[in-house]
Formats: sequence, structure tokens, C-alpha cells
Amino acid sequence: MYLRLATLFLFTATLTQPTVAFAMPSNSYLSTIPEGPPDAILGIAESFKSCTDPNKVNVCVGAYRDSSGKPWILPSVRKAEERMLKDDTVNKEYAPIAGDGRYVELALRFAYGNEMDLGSVAGVQSLSGTGACRIGGHFFARFAPKPKGLDRLPIYIPNPTWGNHIQIFKECGLDVQRYRYYDSKTNALDYDGLIADLKEAPDGSVILLHSCAHNPTGCDPTLQQWKDISDLIKEKSHHVFFDSAYQGFASGDAEADAAALRLFVKEGHNIVLAQSFAKNFGLYGERTGTLSVVCNTPEERSAVMSQLKLIIRPMYSSPPIHGSSIVKTVLEDEELTKEYYANCEEMADRIGSMRRRLVEVLKEVGSTHDWSHVTSQIGMFAFTGMSSDMCDELTSKYSIFLTRDGRISLAGLNEGNIEYVAKAIHDVTDGKSITS
Amino acid sequence: MILRTAQTLTRRAIQSARLTKPRILPSTSTIHLNLFAPLSCVNRGFASASSPWKDFPMAPPDPIIGLTEAYLKDDSPDKVCVNVGVGAYRCDQGMPFVLPVVREAENEINLEELDHEYSGIAGCPNFVNLALRFVYGEDSVPLKEKRVAGVQTLSGTGGLRVFGEVLHQFGHTHIYVPNPTWGNHIPIFTNAGLEVRKYRYYDNEKCSLDFDHLIEDMKNMPEGSCILLHACAHNPTGMDPTMEQWKEISHVAKEKNLLCFFDCAYQGFASGDARKDAAAVRMFVEDGHNIALVQSFSKNFGLYGQRIGALSIVADSPEEAQRVLSQLKVHIRPSYSNPPRHGARIVAKVLASEQKTQEFVEQCMGMAKRIDAMRSRLRTKLEELGSSRSWEHITKQIGVRTMTWHFHFFSRLYFL
Repeated sequence: MYLRLATLFLFTATLTQPTVAFAMPSNSYLSTIPEGPPDAILGIAESFKSCTDPNKVNVCVGAYRDSSGKPWILPSVRKAEERMLKDDTVNKEYAPIAGDGRYVELALRFAYGNEMDLGSVAGVQSLSGTGACRIGGHFFARFAPKPKGLDRLPIYIPNPTWGNHIQIFKECGLDVQRYRYYDSKTNALDYDGLIADLKEAPDGSVILLHSCAHNPTGCDPTLQQWKDISDLIKEKSHHVFFDSAYQGFASGDAEADAAALRLFVKEGHNIVLAQSFAKNFGLYGERTGTLSVVCNTPEERSAVMSQLKLIIRPMYSSPPIHGSSIVKTVLEDEELTKEYYANCEEMADRIGSMRRRLVEVLKEVGSTHDWSHVTSQIGMFAFTGMSSDMCDELTSKYSIFLTRDGRISLAGLNEGNIEYVAKAIHDVTDGKSITS
Repeated sequence: MILRTAQTLTRRAIQSARLTKPRILPSTSTIHLNLFAPLSCVNRGFASASSPWKDFPMAPPDPIIGLTEAYLKDDSPDKVCVNVGVGAYRCDQGMPFVLPVVREAENEINLEELDHEYSGIAGCPNFVNLALRFVYGEDSVPLKEKRVAGVQTLSGTGGLRVFGEVLHQFGHTHIYVPNPTWGNHIPIFTNAGLEVRKYRYYDNEKCSLDFDHLIEDMKNMPEGSCILLHACAHNPTGMDPTMEQWKEISHVAKEKNLLCFFDCAYQGFASGDARKDAAAVRMFVEDGHNIALVQSFSKNFGLYGQRIGALSIVADSPEEAQRVLSQLKVHIRPSYSNPPRHGARIVAKVLASEQKTQEFVEQCMGMAKRIDAMRSRLRTKLEELGSSRSWEHITKQIGVRTMTWHFHFFSRLYFL
């Protein structure tokens, strides 16, 4: 009996033992990893891709579409690429850490103007606007002194702003604060709120400014308002960080779109500027931009350059060359540059016409709301004033994909879908307020 | 004492060479100092209300890329047209080399008139799938079971940085890297928030793998630590473990529950055989490790400046892989949003085609063979010049780099 019990015991014991010859490495960190949230903008774009509704409309991501709803390769960009292919001297070598020097020079001239003395401007190639904001954020976090009594450097960003700004600057270790920017009661710039908040910010804070075509609101200060903002920032010894993602694409006039940042440079601010060629050159996926710092002397410039490189090298070593080579090829050539400006104007004009058409068609389908804020906004987006519930309904009922803050990318509209979209907007907003 | 005498004689020989031609460039180690100094030591801040940058200290140049910058700036007519600093392939005429299959792929891409739209945060899915198949193999069980989380990255550096940040976010405080290792590993992981510790790897005196100490250091690592391993062609030593030694490393890693993180920068380019170069990685996967792996296509595809790579993590299940993928995306978005398209299109076009893949393998093998030939010629020439030192290790090492005698190596290559 005892033998049987022992056998039963041993048999039961073997059933509970693992059958592998060694314990599998648990790497327990993997099992603890929770699902991360989808990105507010790109996550919606992915939902659009997987949607099977034939009427679906993507007005989410800020990427230009032609009147057939297709991505558009600028003819000047196409010509530049063909030239690059035929040029045997073009190779695939590493760019320097700071990127292609000639490209950076041309890019900075595009932003600052041809008269600018670049000898004291530290500039590096960046991974489009995101990468530039990231480098700039790290730069400020490392080298700008913290205001008295604070253990982190605050950066003030407009409310609302491009969604990714918040996470970028948090990752840089900055203390992200907001300043009032948009008055949802009037659907216009909250200028008094902006001034009050910049006054309230501790001296020596970093202030992020959208240089033109504010994303998502499309509301920009007037030039006089920019001058007053500049004066206040000087009084408060704040640092200026411009994000320029739409130069040339906002109004169709690249010089006009750079007016604010050039004013600040003229006023003596040592601005830091993040520049993107994603929209204005249609080079979204090639990740082409710059980050520059206006210094006072060539010596300062050298020192700043060396520190920017120390930020870049452990992030990605050196930037990708394809997009920068395209921009360089265009901006180096007078004819291609002329053609490029015309292409840019064409994109801005189509977006402008969609802006006006949307408001017209909204009226035609019976909407009685005041949509004049849409026509007075500038740039790629219409900041409609719709609530997040209205946006969710647009998506679930009509397969119209937009960000939940009511921002519509006008480039996604065309004569083929504008009536559908206008009717849908009318349906979800009828009898409800679009101001808070 | 013999060593010191030899060093002194070498220094004197080099000093006398300096009086004649050609000009030579210093080793990376002599400008290694201060690169990894803590940031606080360069953060002097600034007080003046005038320029905020006026008190800025000058940072040291990068020990590898700074060397190339110095080389390019050197306009001396005596400059020997040789840069043996950065790891970029050169043809026999010393010129950069674009693989013919890469040019072919680019021409085809051009004819397709593809747009430049954003790829997703995780990059081009087609490229990622092909890149993973390239390293894990077509028969890879985790790939077939769809439990490998993969993203396109900014070459090797970008992948290392993203994973370093993920490790830090999920509780890792440190990472072990081999001593020596690629210089940039240290600031990458430091900036990701990890303490960088080293395990012994190379025996300087014997010019060989310091295997016993490697194992000893592994056994002393805290359980669950992350250990960085070079998949093949260890940079900078060129010394790789044998398959038996890899087996032992795998075994100790299992015992200590170490997270094995492979840096794979030379697959196909090291030995000329892509399958062989991935053998260690594949062994670890078969042994059941949930490895993390960074791939670079800079060297093997010659796509240096396109910044094309991949980061992958082998998970226990498809569901786990999805969670891991979502967190990789959370780190990528505030860093650069999404990766560059062009290089990914080139690699995908090649690897998707059997014929082009075959051409690539042959061209890669061609590069590897030329490098091997240069290894042999370098050793032969050094011996012919009358060096009494043993240079046997040069031909034992593998890959782009050769770890020459001691760290103070002043390069003087004559065209062979």
C-alpha cells in the first residue's frame, strides 16, 4: 500500500513539474508592458487606412492632396530627383552629424532671408520639425538657466498647439506650461489672454511661437501684435523658440510667411528656430528640416554647433540625406527655385479655395452657424469649433476622420467630397453650439 | 619593460616619419578624452541679459566622425588620401561605392514616381518584414508565430537609442556593453538614462577574445541585467566568439536571466555570408531567448547616409508583441515622428526580389572579399617592413575594422 501511495505521489509530483529542460528566461519586463495609447493624429490616420467605407474622407493628417484627393509630388521636386539620379557624383555617404552644410545654408536663407549674416547662426539639419523641436528642447534644457526658485526650465506652449509638442518637450525634461491662445467663445486669437500669460510666466522662460499658420487654429497675430509680443518677451528676458512648419504654404508667399520670425531677429532676439520642409516641399516622409540658433558672434556659433552635435550623435548619429539633397538641388538652382515657389503657391491657392468653398457649401446645405472664422484662418487647417463629441460622430457615422479638437485638414477636401463633408458637418452641428 | 620600450620605439619612429611625408592622422583614442564627460561639466549657464549663448563652452569633437571632419578639412598637399577612421567602405580607388543593385533599385523607384508621404510611426511595414526575415531567417519560428515586434529605425544608432529609452522606462537602470565597444554606445545609453557598465571582452596583450573573463563578468552580473552583444564583426576588435563560445554565452545568459540585446551592423558584410553572420542571433532565438535586436543597413547596403535600420524584440506571444510595438511607437513619435522613406524603399525593393537579393549577396561578398584581401596585404606589408611584432591577429579578426597593437595606432597606409 505504501508503495502504491508513493508511486501515486511521485506520479502526481511529475505532473506539476515543468517539462522543459531549463527555465525559459522570463525577461519579465516584457510581460509588464502595457498597451501604449495610439497617437492622437497618426493613430487616426491608421484608423482611416483600415476603414472600408467607400465614402471615407481623411481630413486628419496635415498632408497636401490634389483635387483628385491624391498625394502630389511637386514638379520642381520631381525634376530635382531626376537630376540627382543622373548625377554620378551623388553617393550615399554619411552626412556630417550637423547634416549637409550647403543644404543647411540654403534652408536658413529661405527662413531668415538672403540679407541675413549666417556667420553667427548655428544651424543643423534635423529630422523634419519633430526632430528640430526635440533638439531645440534638449538644447534649452541643458543650457538655459532655470528661472529663480524653479528646478526645471518652463516652456510655454500655446493652448491649443500641435499635439506632439507636449510629449516632445516633456521628453526633453522641460516643464510644459500653456499660454492662452485661442478664444473658443469667439473662435479667434485670445490676444489679451496671450499677453497676460506671457507676463505672468517667470522671467527667462522659453516661449514657443508658431511662426505662421498656427496649428491647429490657423489664427496668427497681426504684425503689430507680433511687435508687441516681441517687446514683452524682451522685458521678461524670455527665450524665443519658433516652430516654422508652413513657410510658403500658409499664404503662398514664402517671404510674407517668414515676416514674424524675421521681425524677432531684427529686434535682437537670439531666436531658436525649428524648420520643416514636410509640407512646403511635400517631403513629409523624407524627414527634412533644420534647427538653428541665432548667436551674436562666430565664436558663440562654433560653441553652440559643437553642443548641438553632442545632442544629435547619441540620438541618430547623422541625418538622412535624400530629402535634404532634394531641397538643396531645388534651392541651388534659380529656375527650379522659381518653379518651386509657383508650386507652393498652387498648393496654397487650392487650400484657400477649399476653405472658401467649405463655408459656401455649409451655407448651401442649410447651416446657419457663423463660419466666418474658417475663412479668416490661414494655412492648412480649419479649426471649426466642433466639440470632440461632434468629431466622434463625424467619424463613426460618416467615416470622416479628423482630430478630436475639431481640426480639419483642408487639403483632404475636393469637389468630389466637399458636399458630403459639409452635409455631415451640418448634421452633427445643427442646433448645437460651435463656440463654448 | 619590453612593452614600454617597444612603445617608445614606435613613438620615435612615428615622430621621425612626421618629419617626412605623408601626414598622418591621430588615433581615435587620443581624442577620446572628455567626450563622455557628464553634461553638468559643460553646463555653465549664462547670466547676461545679452546673448544667452555667450558663455557657451566648446564641446569636444566626436572621436570617430570628428576624425573624418579633420580629415576633410586637412588641405595639406602631403595628405595621404586615406581615412581609416570611420567605418565606411571604399573601393580600390579609395572612392565611396554605391552598390549597383542599389542604383538599379533607385532607378526603378524613380520610374514608379512614388510619393513622399509619411510612413507610419513604425516605418515601412514591407521593409520591416523583409529586414526581419533577412536576419532571423525564413524559417524563424517567432516570425512565423507573429511574435516579433519590429520597427524601422534611424539606422543602428536610432534603434539603440529607442530601445535604451524603453529599457529605462520599464525599470532597467543599467546596461552592460563589451570593453571595448563602438564609442557611440556609451553616450547613446547614457542619454537614454541608463548607467553603462562594461564586461571584459578583449585581451589587449594577446590580441584575442578574453573569453574566460567575459564569462566571469557575465556570471557576476545582477540577474535580469541587459547585456549588449555584437552579432558579428565586433566593433572595434573584429574578434567574435566561436559558435561553441556563443553557446556558452547563451547558457550563462539563461542562467542569469539576462536580456540579450544584439547590435547587428555588419550582416553579410562581415564574412560575405549573411546567413553565417546571423548565426549567433539565430542560435539565441532557437535557445529561447527573447532577444532585442538592432539592425543597420548602412554598411552591407552602403546606405550610410540614408539612415536605415530596424529594431525588433522577440516576445512570448503576438499579443505581447503588439503591446511592445505600441510602446516603441510612444518613444519614436516625440523623437522624430516617423522614419525616412527613401532608404527603406531601396532595401525593400532589393530584398523583395530573389534576383536582386542574389545580386546584393554577391556585391556584399565582393566588398567583404576586398576587405579581407586588405587585411592580408596589411599584415604582409607590416611583416615585410620588418616589424618584429606579431600581426597574426589582423587576419584572425573579421569585418571592417582591425584592432591593431595597443590603442595608439598611427595609421600609415600605402596603396598596395
